[in-house]
Amino acid sequence: MPELLEFRNVTKTFFRRGWFTTQPGTTALNNLSLKVNESNSTILTVAGESGSGKTTLAMLLLGFITPTSGQILYRGKDINSLKGAERMIFRREVQAVFQDPFAVFNPFYHVDHLLSVPIKRFKLAHSKKEMREKMFEALSAVGLHPQDILGRFPHQLSGGQRQRINVARALLLRPKILVADEPVSMVDASLRANILEVLSSLKKDYGVTIIYITHDLTTAYHISKSIIVLYRGTVMEAGDVDTVINAPQHPYTRLLIDSIPWPDLNRRWGETEIKAEEAELGENNGGCKFLSRCPFATKKCKTPPPLYLMSDLQAASCYLFDQNAQIESERLSELLPV
Amino acid sequence: MEPVLRINNLQVTYYTDAGRARALDGVSLTLNAGEKLGLVGESGSGKSTMALAMMHMIKPPGRIEEGQVIVGDTDLTTLTKEEMLKARLEKITYIPQGAMNSLNPVMRIGAQMVDAIKAHYKSPSKAEMAEMSMDSLESVDLDRSVFKMYPHELSGGMKQRVCIAIGILLKPQVIIADEPTSALDVVTQRQVMETIDRVQETLGAAIILIGHDMGLMAQFVDKVAVMYTGRLMELSTVREMFTNPQHPYAQALISSLPSLDNKGVFQGIPGLAPALLRLPSGCAFHPRCQHTTEICTTMLPRLEQMEGGRMVACHLYTEQV
Repeated sequence: MPELLEFRNVTKTFFRRGWFTTQPGTTALNNLSLKVNESNSTILTVAGESGSGKTTLAMLLLGFITPTSGQILYRGKDINSLKGAERMIFRREVQAVFQDPFAVFNPFYHVDHLLSVPIKRFKLAHSKKEMREKMFEALSAVGLHPQDILGRFPHQLSGGQRQRINVARALLLRPKILVADEPVSMVDASLRANILEVLSSLKKDYGVTIIYITHDLTTAYHISKSIIVLYRGTVMEAGDVDTVINAPQHPYTRLLIDSIPWPDLNRRWGETEIKAEEAELGENNGGCKFLSRCPFATKKCKTPPPLYLMSDLQAASCYLFDQNAQIESERLSELLPV
Repeated sequence: MEPVLRINNLQVTYYTDAGRARALDGVSLTLNAGEKLGLVGESGSGKSTMALAMMHMIKPPGRIEEGQVIVGDTDLTTLTKEEMLKARLEKITYIPQGAMNSLNPVMRIGAQMVDAIKAHYKSPSKAEMAEMSMDSLESVDLDRSVFKMYPHELSGGMKQRVCIAIGILLKPQVIIADEPTSALDVVTQRQVMETIDRVQETLGAAIILIGHDMGLMAQFVDKVAVMYTGRLMELSTVREMFTNPQHPYAQALISSLPSLDNKGVFQGIPGLAPALLRLPSGCAFHPRCQHTTEICTTMLPRLEQMEGGRMVACHLYTEQV
């Protein structure tokens, strides 16, 4: 049986177009292979700082942009060549929740509109009554009281409520995969816990696989099972979330985790020797992407490092670990527990 | 030590068509030089209103009803418009939320910095002003060449640091930073906070850091003030706040934090913050509180001093005092 979703050596390069020439510009995602199984739903975190290619990955997965090379397969078919009924199924089964709960609502419509459009579009209900029941059910599933929400305008709702409505909208369609692109970064810290709880219950109760895209490793640690750390489009480290967060190996992951402001007085900032610095946007030289910021850089790093295994459930792309066994990037999914 | 900032009974009201909304209800604070205070609370709790009130920047329909903001020995609320213009940047400075988007895209960074100096000093020479600006840029770890650049040539974190550089140009005694890192990722956030920290140390200024990220507070501030519906709920040192919060709202805030030990446990605060126009009677937190008793629904608890100088506004503790 084909995998539910498969990234096969996907690369996305954004080109710089001049008047007469087209030059390759930024490689936003570099040779990523990934498999998502249908029978085991999971929550997978894709982490990285701004410009690491997290959102490009989401856009590719949703079919908004096409890969420069490689293929993205949904149930064994390339998502960019899907037609007719198959395309509708893909559109229904792969849903998204975006970062800004304030920007996705049309201020002129009731919340009902946002929820009823997908029902009509995918013909999920045969009568008005059934449509209403579906809306009630979805809103209840995300912990909202439907009678408080329906008939209201977006400006009458808080950010946390709106974000949960977005999750409810996605849930209406019974998706198999939910892409959550920074769903809690614009929500009050005290409401974050509620939204994360809703997401993890979706996985448990409805068997939805969630691709959780974030730069916030604290929430990633709490919600997900496995993690992929990206830096400028390349996988730096991947594996089981507990292992990666508690014992990060790659210098970049160590920097990321050391920079988390833990709400813990005994765990202070700045324990690694890597200075917190922003990514430089300069041209990359074909070597390790982290080369210019890495304190451990050697001559070897001028060629891109492969993934080295740390254990069965952790691998890092760094020559510091070159005595360990290698693993091909195509087998990345084997590192990720479900 | 003489406190550098004293806020006495500050009250701000917004007069809306639907009624009067008390955005800030009798807040008092003192801050010594070199102290770092964190101001936390949910959206709508009055954190930003407090910053604006201190800067004398409340616009109609809002009004400062009462209270004093004393920096050094000047009461800012009594100053005229012109005097206040001088006081900003010189005495008190404000780094607003998303400050990096407030840079003018068609002016060089340097020109924007020089603008600020010109507003305060009569006749410095061009070279002097440039020197001052570049020193300020250097103090936030930026290259002197940034002076000649345009905002689009800089990254988000660099722009944020430019805003800090502008803020500290005239060496103020009080710095208010309103969620200075909310749009930045963790690594850049750490870099910006480390910059603020260093700048504050060299200036010896007092800092008020506004935000809702308790993690950032734990790493950065000395004292934490928790606000809810425009009132102070608790004010204590960061250690007391994180190890032994007193007010039920502060307790809920602390226990909703994700940490490494309680994986998979999500403990949000039930319910929503009330609208300021329809505040519940008595203690505004009572509908969401686990320890509500009768008195909570009828009487507003006062901010009382407890052992060790911490302040808590809750009926749970008033009997003991």
